[in-house]
Amino acid sequence: MLDVRGLRKVYEGWGRTVEAIRDLTFDVPEGQLLCLVGPSGCGKTTLLRCVAGLLRPTSGEVVLHGNNVTGPPEDMAVVFQEYGRSLFPWHTVRRNVELPLRRKKLSRKRRTELVDEALEAVGLTGTATAYPWQLSGGMQQRVAIARAIAYEPQVLLMDEPFAAVDAQTRGELEDLIRSVWHRFGVTTLFVTHDIDEAVYLGQRVIVMSSSPTVVQEDLAIDLPDERDQLTTRSAPRFAELRAHIYAEIQRAKGPAGGAAAAEAETQEAAGA
Amino acid sequence: MTDILRRTGLALGLPLVLFVVWWVTSAGSENFFLPPLADILAAFTATWTADRFAADVLPSLVRLAAGYAIAAVLGIALGVLVGSLPRVRAAFEPVLEFLRAIPPPVLVPILMLIAGIGDGMKVAVIVSGCVWPILLNTVEGVRAVDPVLADTCRSYGIGGAARLRHLVLRSASPQMVAGLRQALSLGIILMVISEMFAASTGLGFTIIQFQRSFAIPEMWSGIILLGLTGFALSLIFKFFEARVLAWYHGLRRAERGRS
Repeated sequence: MLDVRGLRKVYEGWGRTVEAIRDLTFDVPEGQLLCLVGPSGCGKTTLLRCVAGLLRPTSGEVVLHGNNVTGPPEDMAVVFQEYGRSLFPWHTVRRNVELPLRRKKLSRKRRTELVDEALEAVGLTGTATAYPWQLSGGMQQRVAIARAIAYEPQVLLMDEPFAAVDAQTRGELEDLIRSVWHRFGVTTLFVTHDIDEAVYLGQRVIVMSSSPTVVQEDLAIDLPDERDQLTTRSAPRFAELRAHIYAEIQRAKGPAGGAAAAEAETQEAAGA
Repeated sequence: MTDILRRTGLALGLPLVLFVVWWVTSAGSENFFLPPLADILAAFTATWTADRFAADVLPSLVRLAAGYAIAAVLGIALGVLVGSLPRVRAAFEPVLEFLRAIPPPVLVPILMLIAGIGDGMKVAVIVSGCVWPILLNTVEGVRAVDPVLADTCRSYGIGGAARLRHLVLRSASPQMVAGLRQALSLGIILMVISEMFAASTGLGFTIIQFQRSFAIPEMWSGIILLGLTGFALSLIFKFFEARVLAWYHGLRRAERGRS
């Protein structure tokens, strides 16, 4: 239902051209939870912005329900990494979640229902009158997730949504994504740099190469549908898949990309 | 409760001390231009009667309110326009900086030619000064809209008037309020200045009139009234700011608490 065909994105500017994405082709069937994982700087965010209709690809196309995506589609919701900057600090939690619903010509009653249901689904009942900055980082990202699901999208895009929260909160939020996905059955595209997270969450994982990006591997995750942080993560199959993807990503960095990747890693370590 | 008492004590303490110092040092003053505070206060009650208020203070305040309101609407509307369109901004910014650098009082004779010597001219003087801080701060605020929030609005289809209302105006409001605050103190100065030319009513006119007729205690009482007016207006502004920017101050406190 969501097709990415021959997507290519070249950034041009200041006499320098950077080919961020060379050629990406994959399709996402309805209702699938797909994780995209790749080395840092491999154009994950570029891809997501192209799919979201926020960025025009240089060539290739994104097709949703048979329609070419040229701008943000109406039935798509995006959760950004920077939760602190994607919520309106001047609106309460309720208004933040409700605001996108206003274009949908729903009755006030229905809007309230949707907001309440979404807040309940992410475990935030009772915080509707708070302001986002009164909440912890993990809770703010829950608000952003609630806003996305209240919107009742056909496709949910998530751009490294848990990169900025602590490890324990991250585990809880991963389980939240699984439960939300089960409950609402929404097609989900989840971008991450974290291999464990990709394996734990996904029905399927696409490994992206380093920039200029192509699909390195497309892998079905044959773990049981019921997952939990303890048993799933200690299952032998989880370790196998994890090791396999890890090796793929190392290979993705390649001999040529190795130096650049190592540099990127030191920078990341310095940044952290 | 004790906290409130301490804060009011701190707020009132210095004014009280200054008042007493002025009272004591000026008592028995023989200097014609620096009369005792007691005389000034006596002149105050005698001068600023209800009739005087209606005849001089009220017209001043009405002109200030009109000029300030026009400047606010003009400054914010133009600021949003210039701030949202990079090309317009690039074309306008040098001109705006030039116009802003012109002290409004020098425009009074020109405005007199265009707008006559009535209320229109006085309001125009206030507008010509107040509009710049509002306009330039709004431009800055609008161009600093967070790109992640802008993307959020785009992906959820929040555009047009809703985008203006929920994203642009709110996100630029801290800078707008800063501009409005500067404009308020500027407005009071310009209110007085505009009444120094070709006026027959107003607070500024009355003070100048007292000065020219050597009614020195009355002149001082007018200056005190002007100070009190400015103080009252800034109190009202603070109240307005606390309401409009409650989210901003809360956000800043939360950010400070976390880091």
